[in-house]
Amino acid sequence: MFEIVERQEMAQGTIISNWIKAPKIAAKAKPGQFVILRANEKGERIPLTMADTDPAKGLINIIYMVVGKSTALFKTLQVGQGYLDVIGPLGQPTHLEKVGKVICVGGGTGIAVLYPITRGLKQMGNYVYSVVGARSKDLLILEDQMKAASDELMICTDDGTYGHKGFVTDKLRETLEKHKDIALAVCIGPVPMMKFCCKVTKEFNVKTLVSLNPIMVDGTGMCGCCRVKVGGQMKFACVDGPEFEGHEVDWDELNLRLRSYVAEEKVSFDQFKGAHAPGCSCSR
Amino acid sequence: MTEEVKAPKKEKIPRQKMPEQEPKVRARNFEEVPHGYTPELAQKEAERCIQCKDPRCKQGCPVEIEIPQFIAKIKEGDFEGAIRKLWEKNSLPAVCGRVCPQEVQCEGLCIIGKKDEPVAIGNLERFAADHQRLHGRDVLPPKADPTGKKVAVVGAGPAGLTVAGDLILKGHEVTIFEALHGPGGVLLYGIPEFRLPKAIVAQECNFLERMGVKIEVNSVIGRSETVDELLERFDAVFLGVGAGLPVFLKIPGEHFIGVYSANEYLTRSNLMKAYEFPAYDTPIVKGKNVATFGGGNVAMDGARTALRLGADHSYIIYRRSHDELPARSAEVHHAEEEGVEFLLLTNPLRFLGDDATGRLTGVECLRQELGEPDASGRRRPVPIPGSEFVVDIDTAVISIGSGSNPLLTKSTPGLSLNKWGYIVADPKTGKTMKPRVWAGGDIVTGSATVILAMGAGRMASNSIHDYLTYGW
Ligand SMILES: Cc1cc2nc3c(=O)[nH]c(=O)nc-3n(C[C@H](O)[C@H](O)[C@H](O)COP(=O)(O)OP(=O)(O)OC[C@H]3O[C@@H](n4cnc5c(N)ncnc54)[C@H](O)[C@@H]3O)c2cc1C
Ligand SMILES: Cc1cc2nc3c(=O)[nH]c(=O)nc-3n(C[C@H](O)[C@H](O)[C@H](O)COP(=O)(O)OP(=O)(O)OC[C@H]3O[C@@H](n4cnc5c(N)ncnc54)[C@H](O)[C@@H]3O)c2cc1C
Ligand code: SF4
Ligand code: FES
Repeated sequence: MFEIVERQEMAQGTIISNWIKAPKIAAKAKPGQFVILRANEKGERIPLTMADTDPAKGLINIIYMVVGKSTALFKTLQVGQGYLDVIGPLGQPTHLEKVGKVICVGGGTGIAVLYPITRGLKQMGNYVYSVVGARSKDLLILEDQMKAASDELMICTDDGTYGHKGFVTDKLRETLEKHKDIALAVCIGPVPMMKFCCKVTKEFNVKTLVSLNPIMVDGTGMCGCCRVKVGGQMKFACVDGPEFEGHEVDWDELNLRLRSYVAEEKVSFDQFKGAHAPGCSCSR
Repeated sequence: MTEEVKAPKKEKIPRQKMPEQEPKVRARNFEEVPHGYTPELAQKEAERCIQCKDPRCKQGCPVEIEIPQFIAKIKEGDFEGAIRKLWEKNSLPAVCGRVCPQEVQCEGLCIIGKKDEPVAIGNLERFAADHQRLHGRDVLPPKADPTGKKVAVVGAGPAGLTVAGDLILKGHEVTIFEALHGPGGVLLYGIPEFRLPKAIVAQECNFLERMGVKIEVNSVIGRSETVDELLERFDAVFLGVGAGLPVFLKIPGEHFIGVYSANEYLTRSNLMKAYEFPAYDTPIVKGKNVATFGGGNVAMDGARTALRLGADHSYIIYRRSHDELPARSAEVHHAEEEGVEFLLLTNPLRFLGDDATGRLTGVECLRQELGEPDASGRRRPVPIPGSEFVVDIDTAVISIGSGSNPLLTKSTPGLSLNKWGYIVADPKTGKTMKPRVWAGGDIVTGSATVILAMGAGRMASNSIHDYLTYGW
């Protein structure tokens, strides 16, 4: 078992952070890489990015949004309990280099994926503008961490409860207009957000990295479930990615494939909710 | 040879069939198809063997099992003696009895097969192994004294399991590193429950663990650790990572929801137990009209899985004719009995789908006819112009082969690869170009068979043992 040693609820319990004991993975992991977790014998293999690691203590940090059965099941796991399987580090690490000025844009739990990359870019000596967004103030995560990892941090909420009222794309456009020397954009969040960010950066001809989250099974390039179209070619996100050149990604195809199992996911989630009263913390 | 055929003058016993589930019933469940011989049936079948002095069957066996000898033991009712004979050459008889292509190996050469049906060697092998598992004494073979040498085996498929089993007996310390969350390789994630119950695979792996083999699952070598790092901790490394790269048809529409590689379809169903969804969490598209592309064992497994998941129509779409189907004949026969529909001499052109929902709705195909023989002597299929037609399907399973997965090979400098990306290894020893590294199984040969992977494992383990003992 891979034990949870620290657990935190964020964004009103919709986003959970776990620090998990996995010394071998912690020793190897680099920003941009992910792990696959399975809670129990009947569980699905779920990919989650490592938001942080502590190699000295042998710990990895995952931050996930509760969206369905498996993440709801993960949420029931308390400190001292853990995951049956954790596999990683998987995927290509982010290629971190000094390019000068960069802009990092994150939405929702995408901020958790963005954070280690932002920090890495800053450590390389880049000047980092960051834009983070959430639906409302209560749902924003990792503000302090992102502030520390950036030179300038901008905040957006859809409902205006905090920072700029509106989408991250507004601030992205504004910043790109002001600073024509920005050489790289990193945009991570829900598919529509990444798609629209790419539209904006394309106008300014700024190279853009995105992190794709197709459905996966093995995470080792064996099954082809995670195939995405990039630059007209079939790529496997688990081994070729998960980061890709955003202007090349076929977003509509990704969006459709993410909906492969909507009907089954509902069956599974409804059954889970039926069996567990709100607040139940068993790990069934 | 001739005297052997005419010598025993006794009543002719027909080849004994294994009792099996009715096709209609079994096509809807995941339980194993044949039930296996009873001791009486096994002994009756064993009587059919005339105990050739120079047995041809043995020549057909890639690991040269003493076939007449184990069959004689069954005939005498000494079932433990039979399994011991098998174990001398084959550490996974319960698996091989079920999945080996006996008709082109031992049974294909059996002398009885000249005039009658050959002795059912595979069924007998299976019987001996099952009888041992279910009723036999729990015996662990003796191990040699510890040598203090350490071996890392990468990949827990038949090749890796064989190497581990051999070397632990010889007194070496063995650790298997497996990428998935369970050991067995294709035996676990690929071959379905109804053909090879997972309890058998688990038992074989558990046996190795009781012998002292350490199995570290969730270890993706190349990511969690590199081969070079393993070489710092181990005296020798064996690579048995299989041919785990899906091959797609490369025709338009492969992104539609419902189009699967065989690897994904079978992994979801077998490893993740999607057929028990929602009791198990992993879903699978339960198609009503399913087409499986290809004609090998993998394709038969895909088409038969589709029936069991509830398909009304399960098609095999294959570009050549019935004679060229590369699957075991038993699998083709079982598939036909269960109602799989074969669209032969048919080539897919493109997948059709609903652009709004992203779901697969059909596949456009072209009919072909057999033309002139090609270099391999097989008559080449040539397209019939204007013969396009559409098959309505909601699920497609692409089973046209597999390639070499570059994850490990790319991260291992010093290995030499052939043009398809498979590892170059000495066919007699399994030695690669990289010092202290051996390889065998599908990652060397491309996808082949369980027994060939085990045979390669056996050769490599001998070579590794020599190296650890004598330094060469
Ligand atoms: C490489 C990678 C890294 C990821 N990192 C993170 C992370 O750090 N934090 C985080 O919260 N999530 C991350 N995800 C997404 C996460 O894996 C999914 O949210 C999770 O699998 C949903 O499982 P579920 O059973 O709870 O929900 P389900 O019931 O399976 O799905 C609910 C809804 O979520 C969406 N969904 C399903 N599967 C995925 C998927 N694989 N990715 C995205 N959306 C999906 C679908 O729209 C679906 O309808 C990552 C995905 C990938 C591939
Ligand atoms: C669906 C299907 C049906 C088949 N039916 C038959 C049949 O009826 N009869 C027959 O004889 N043959 C059959 N075969 C072929 C046979 O299964 C294979 O030839 C055989 O399993 C090859 O054995 P292997 O040990 O080389 O590799 P595999 O069985 O592929 O095992 C390799 C193992 O290595 C692991 N691995 C891969 N990469 C890494 C890594 N980087 N780090 C750690 N571990 C790794 C994999 O997860 C896997 O567990 C079938 C194959 C399939 C797919
Ligand atoms: S199985 Fe067939 S070939 Fe082998 S010894 Fe018996 S009769 Fe001879
Ligand atoms: S998840 Fe199976 S190939 Fe990427």
